[in-house]
Order: sequence, then C-alpha cells, then structure tokens
Amino acid sequence: MRIFKPLVLGSFLLVFLSGCSALPVLDPKGPVGEAQKDLIFWSIALMLFIVAVVFALFTFMVVRYRERPGYETHEPEEMEGNIWLELLWTGVPVIIVVLLAVPTVNTIYQLEEPPSSTKEKEPLVIHATSADWKWFFSYPEQDIETVNYLHIPEDRPILFKLTSADSMAALWIPRLGGQEYNMNGMRTELFLQADEPGVYNGRNANFTGEGFTEQRFKVYAQKPEEFQKWVDKTQEKAPKLTKDKYDHMLLPGHVERQTFSSTHLQYVDHAKNAEYTVNVRERLGYDPEEESSH
Amino acid sequence: MKLDEFFVTGDPLIYGADVSIILSMIGVVFVLTKYKKWGWLWKEWLTTVDHKKLGIMYILSAVLMLFRGGVDALLMRAQLTMPETEFLDSTHYNEIFTTHGTIMIIFMAMPFLIGLMNVVVPLQIGARDVAYPFLNAVSFWTFFMGAMLFNISFVIGGSPGAGWTSYVPLAGNELSPGPGQNYYLLGLQVAGIGTLLTGINFLVTILKMRAPGMTLMRMPMFTWSSAITCIIIIFAFPVLTVALALMTLDRIFGTHFFTMVDGGMPMLWANLFWLWGHPEVYIVILPAFGIFSEVISTFSRKNLFGYKAMVYSMVIIAALSFVVWVHHFFTMGADASVNSFFSVTTMAISIPTGVKVFNWLFTMYKGRIKINTAMLWSLAFIPNFVIGGVTGVMLAMAAADYQYHNTYFLVAHFHYVLISGTVFACFSGLYYWYPKLFNHKLNETLGKWSFWLFMIGFNVCFFPMYFLGFAGMPRRVHTYAEGSGWFELNAVASVGGVMMGIGFVILVYNIYYSIRYEPRLTTGDPWDARNLEWATPSPVPYYNFAKIPEVRGLDEFWRMKKEGKKDLDLKKDKLEPIHMPDYSGVPVIMSTFLFISGFGLVFEWIWMGVAGAIGVVITMIMRSFDPDEGYHVEVEEIKEIEEHVRREEA
Repeated sequence: MRIFKPLVLGSFLLVFLSGCSALPVLDPKGPVGEAQKDLIFWSIALMLFIVAVVFALFTFMVVRYRERPGYETHEPEEMEGNIWLELLWTGVPVIIVVLLAVPTVNTIYQLEEPPSSTKEKEPLVIHATSADWKWFFSYPEQDIETVNYLHIPEDRPILFKLTSADSMAALWIPRLGGQEYNMNGMRTELFLQADEPGVYNGRNANFTGEGFTEQRFKVYAQKPEEFQKWVDKTQEKAPKLTKDKYDHMLLPGHVERQTFSSTHLQYVDHAKNAEYTVNVRERLGYDPEEESSH
Repeated sequence: MKLDEFFVTGDPLIYGADVSIILSMIGVVFVLTKYKKWGWLWKEWLTTVDHKKLGIMYILSAVLMLFRGGVDALLMRAQLTMPETEFLDSTHYNEIFTTHGTIMIIFMAMPFLIGLMNVVVPLQIGARDVAYPFLNAVSFWTFFMGAMLFNISFVIGGSPGAGWTSYVPLAGNELSPGPGQNYYLLGLQVAGIGTLLTGINFLVTILKMRAPGMTLMRMPMFTWSSAITCIIIIFAFPVLTVALALMTLDRIFGTHFFTMVDGGMPMLWANLFWLWGHPEVYIVILPAFGIFSEVISTFSRKNLFGYKAMVYSMVIIAALSFVVWVHHFFTMGADASVNSFFSVTTMAISIPTGVKVFNWLFTMYKGRIKINTAMLWSLAFIPNFVIGGVTGVMLAMAAADYQYHNTYFLVAHFHYVLISGTVFACFSGLYYWYPKLFNHKLNETLGKWSFWLFMIGFNVCFFPMYFLGFAGMPRRVHTYAEGSGWFELNAVASVGGVMMGIGFVILVYNIYYSIRYEPRLTTGDPWDARNLEWATPSPVPYYNFAKIPEVRGLDEFWRMKKEGKKDLDLKKDKLEPIHMPDYSGVPVIMSTFLFISGFGLVFEWIWMGVAGAIGVVITMIMRSFDPDEGYHVEVEEIKEIEEHVRREEA
C-alpha cells in the first residue's frame, strides 16, 4: 500500500500539470460539454471524499491491528456488529447518492432541450448519417451535404438528427459534448453547440468493425457570417449528389471528404427505410462473404 | 469450403499457435502413454462426479483460459503502446479484443469462481457432495466443451470479431457472415447450459443438504454468496440462452429477429444481452465478496462484522442487478425519464456495496491481522475496488455518461472492478483453500512477489486509462494518430500490463514449485480458520465427513475448537455406512456430442449438427435407464481411511 498511494497521487499530478486542455472532455467549448463537465467535477469531488474516508480507515486498520511484535498473543474479541455504525454508513451514502442524483436528473432533462443560453435562436438542423465507415452530414434547409466533415455556426444550437445506413455508430464530438447512437431504421436526436470558432475532432465512438478506427470527421465552427459564406459558396459551386453516386458510397470502405449541393434525403431516409443499404449492396454486386474472407 | 478457408492462414502468429497446439497435444499423448496413465485419467478424472475433483478441473481450465485471455490482452497492449503501429491489422485486433472479453468473463471468471464453489460449498455446509453429483459433472463438461469450441476458432474458421457484446446489426449475417460469429453463439450456448445447471444444483445443495443445525443465518458468508449467485444465474441465464438462440436462428436459418431487413429489431439484442449481462457482472462479483469475507475474517481472527447486514446487502444487490441494464446504453436515445430511472437505480447499488466495504473494514477493527498472500489479495481488494466503485457511480450519471460511454474511462472502470474484485478474489481463494485440496500451502515468498507485481502492474496499467477516456480515446480502436496526445498514457499502461503478465507467470510457477518443495501439512486446519471445511483432514477423504457434524452457531468450527472438541473421536462416535454416488462416463460423452453438434452448426453443416444432437439424446436415454444406485462405504473402510489420515496428522 505504501507504494501504491504515491503512485496514484503522482499520476494525478502528472496529468493535471500537463493541463486539462489535453483532456477535451474536461475542457469543452460549448454549453452541453460544459454542463457535463460541471457534473463530472461535482462527482469527482464527492467521490474523492469517499475514497479519502475509506483509504484512511483502511490504513488505520491495517497499520494498527496487524500482527506485529508484542501483539502476537492478543486474542481478539468477537463482535456482532453495531447498529449505529451500520446506519451511519448506510445513511451517508444515501445522502451522497441524492446529492449526485438531483443534478444528474436535472442535466438529463436539460440536455433534451436546446441550450438555454441561445434559446431565442432557431436550432440548425443537420442530419448525421453513418455508414460503414464514413459520415454524411445533410443540411435540409440549406440543401447541401458534406461527407466526413461539417461546418457549423458558433453560438447557435445544432440539432443533430442521427441515423445509420448499417451498423450502429455513435456521433461524438468530445469538445462539444457527449455522444448519441446512430441506429439503422431509427432516429435519435442530439443538441450540441460551439461557443467559439475552432476546429474540433469528431468521430464514431461505437465499434462498427473493420474500418471503425478511421471513421472520423472534423467540425469547423465558424462565425455566423463566415458560415453563411460557406453555405452560399457550396450551394453555388458544389455538384449535385446523384443517387448513383450516393449508392456507391454506401459500399463499406472509406471515402475522401466531399461536398454536394443537394442531400441524399431525397433518395432515402435511413431512419425510415432500414433495408435500403442491404438492397443497394446486393444490387451493386457486393458480397460480404467474399469480403470477409480476404 | 476449401481447406485454406477452413484453417486460418496467412498470419505467423497463427502458425506459431498451430505448431504449439500440435506439439502440446503430442506431448500430452506421449506422457499419458509412456506412464500408462490413460486408465487413471478416465477412472479418476474424466468420469468423476466428486465435487472436489470437478472443482480442481474447473480451476485448472480457468487458469488456462486466464493465460489465453492474458495473451490476448498483451497483444492488444503491444499494438497500442505506440501510435500508428502495424503489428496487428484492424480485423485481427477486433478478433483479439472480442475473444479477450468473452474468454475472461465466460471462460475464466465464472469457472474459477464456480470451481471454488465446487470445492468449498459442500464442505462448508457439512455435506458429502452436491445435491446432484451427476449433473455437476454435466455442468463441468458442457462448460469445458463450450470453452474448447470457442477457443479453436482462432485456428479453424476464424474468430468472432464483433465485440464480446456482439451488437447487431454488426454481428448479424448482413455485416459479419462466416463461422466466426457462430463460434461465439454456439460456444456460449454450450457453456451456458453448464452454468444454468450449476445454478440449480448449488441452490438445491445449499437449501437441502446443510448439516443439521445449520440454519440459513448460520451459513458461512461464502455459502451465502454462492446461494444468491445461484438465484441470479437461474433468472439471468435463460435470457442469454434465448438471445443466443434467436441470433443463431437469424444467422443459420434465416429468421429476422435482429436483422436490418424484414422488420428485425437490432435494439432488442442490446436489451436482451444486458438483461443477462448486468446480472452476469454480479454473478462474478458476489462469490468474490464471499471469498473476501472468509479470508478477512479468518486472518483478522474475528467473526464477520455485521453478518446480517452482509447478507441483506447481497440480497439487495442481487435484486437491483436486474433493474439497471439500460445503463449500458444510455446513449441509445431513450426518454429522459428512462435514463433518469436507470441512473438512480444504478447509483443505489453503491449503497449496499458501501455497507459491505465498511463491514469488511470493521471486521479488522481490534483484530489481529495476519498478512500472508491470501490476505494480501483480499486487503488489496478494498482500496482498488473502491476506485472502481466510485468511477462506476460516475458512469451511472447518465448525462455525464454521454461523455464516458465507449471510452477508455469505461474500460478502466470495469477492469478496476473485475480485476480487483473477481481476479483478486480468485487468487485469494486459491491461496486460501489450496492446502485443503493438496495438503501443502503455496509458497509465500513467490506468492508475495507475484502479488506485488500483479497489483502494482494492475494500477499502472489501468489507472492511466481513466485519463485516456478524458482525453477522448474510444475503446476498440486498433491504433491512434501521432499527435493525438494518447501515446504517453498508453505506453505507461503497457508497462503495467507486462508487470501483470510476470506476476501471473510467477503465480503459475508457484504452483509447480510448491508441489515439489513446500512441506506437507500435518493438520487439516493450517490457517486456524473458522468454518467447517477446515474440520476435515487434508486432503479431504472422498466422502468428506466420516460423521456429519451438528451445527450450533455461526463460525461453527471456531466454536468447536474453543470448546476443545477439535476432531472426530473414532472411538466414541458411532459411524454408519456412507452412501456415495457412482462415477459416470456419460457427462463427458454427452458433452462431446454437444461439441460435435455445435461445431457442425458453426460451419452450417446441418447434418453434423443433427448427428451431434442425436448423440446427445441417445446418451440422455442411456442415462435414463441407468438405475445409478450408488454404493456404500462400509464402516471398516471409513475407520481405516480416517485412522490413516489422522495418524499422518498426529
């Protein structure tokens, strides 16, 4: 035990010296991540209290009552227990659980709504669709679609409408907030928001097989004017997304970043049509059995 | 199917495994033949229904599986130590973490604990065997065959690679065709039969076979924990059986329970899996709690503090374990009310668990703590498990879990609870009860080396992973980019992994060393312990107790010793013939047919699946016509055996 404790303290120190900025979850850039960070720090504080109490008691018991010279013949008395002590260590944890449960439940409900700091603004709707092993971001109001990257305006809630063309994925942008599953044939929703411009890492956090590791994307949070400029330019310059092009991108594999001035939602909404991908792959002559034996 | 598809090819690691498997099989056959041990193997081990021998075989298999799962773990650490390593490709890495998780939970943790239950429970309750000794052998052999079926996947046909949770649609035929995933389904299905039978068998044993006078509230804590575990098994395992069967039907017979097309419901799998999976976690932790209770009480020379609270808290934990499963997928988009409910139930589990921790601490209060290897494992459990426990509470907070889910924070948490809970308990129990089985202790010096290396290595390996989670590293990625900031912590973790590996090797070497060099014991009670298993001589005669003891209180053997009536008095006590069950070859043969049937289904060779199933039915019919009356050990023979073991003791 004597070796163990400095070790723990040491690694704590090491990490905190290197700063929280290396830990995106503890250094978020938006109100959702911020709410989660507050909850995390609150829980860490309470948990450190518990750890301190148990470690102190543990050290005391082991040091004080271990068999040592002059103590070998001590014959301990039997003890049945102590109702007051036992009530104490039932009661205190109950209080701690309540102290954790209240803000937890509050935050769970709060995250169902757009962030309160920008509640006067209309959320920007983006459909985020995962397919093995890439991301499609469709902006239905702007009628544009991007692959493996997305632009968002800062200080405005983003409503992600999530679904998956095949295996279950999870959209996760640690600097902005927690993840939510993308599921084939289902629609889930996730509010996120960036409070400052920047480039943030996003990825699929839920294992989807062979190409899972590289199923990543970048989030470009911009000032509203710049975001609008990007939208205008994309609508003007980018090609249309044809059905054939989209279907081919549904074959398992990785693709480069791409930009289109129309969305795949005109062909299929995977939240409503769970069978689309399987049928397309069959039509295009893709044989999973053949692939997996390579 | 072509031969190069049947055998896994193209990877030097696999060829190495092929060679070592063939060599060790030749080695085993050679040794058995040379020393003419085939008959001995069949008569003494393969056909045994003796709970102690079955326990030993369970533990041996579990140690073997710990080795296999540990090698998987070290391969993963090797791959992740440096960024952008190309030691394993993603497919291979996926297979390795899948088999690591599955093997450690299903084929290591459970059998190790069930092995200890087999050895200890009948002795603790003063019984001569379990309620259904034949069924007990069936349990072991189905577990063993399930484990073998799962393990051959990496040389024949290819391993499953969809994670130990095997979420659909990824694990379905549409995205993962081929034999790999079938191995998962059938290996677990075959082994699951054994677990369910064990649950029934041990619950009946504990309810019906206790020595006279042993009321429920006089049962040793390990027996209590086993009883509650059995109840969880009986309620949870049928869910797994059904879930596996549905996915098997999907994959082999073209049904649509979990498919993407034709209205399948992939979310249903996640629910069924965790409806079993969460209780499963308590199946591997409650017996561990039982072991710690025995060891801490024995080596503090005190009875357990708050015995009743210990029992009730386990009952509450068992009940709660069935109403928390959604916390494994808070991010599935359930309603805020649903997530809130499951957050609170999950946090509530920490309350009875906390009660137990404080009761263990106060068991040591004013005691006289003897620190040996068995006790070290139990002591180390407390602080390490508390770290795992409090991070579990953090994960239970759904809103925060959206950030922890699928990350290394989660990986760190469940390794903290499963290693410092289950694995430490297995090792503690092994050191503690080993002398009961083999009449010598395990070496203390080697034991302490192995303990410190493993325990410190465990912290070095898994503590940094909490921070990897905060740093945004998801689990199950097979590599990471340079500049992602994850290199240093991963490198540290790998050092810890190696230390754990060395600790394990020393532990195994210790068994060999102790068999050869440790002095034989002259007493059946080397630890001055408290419960009835220590009232028997070591090694325990096959009928356990020449005369069934009468129990008058908790910690019965301790009380007997205080009153000076330490051992059976052969002159005064009247002995009666003992009725014992016959050994039987049916369990091993029946399970072999199950293996054949499972293997056929893995490759979708229906004829072979049916042939194996017919074999199972035939052995069942044979068994039904076997009167199996057992035999009686005559008083003369008991006297002879007892005098022999007791003369050695004196």
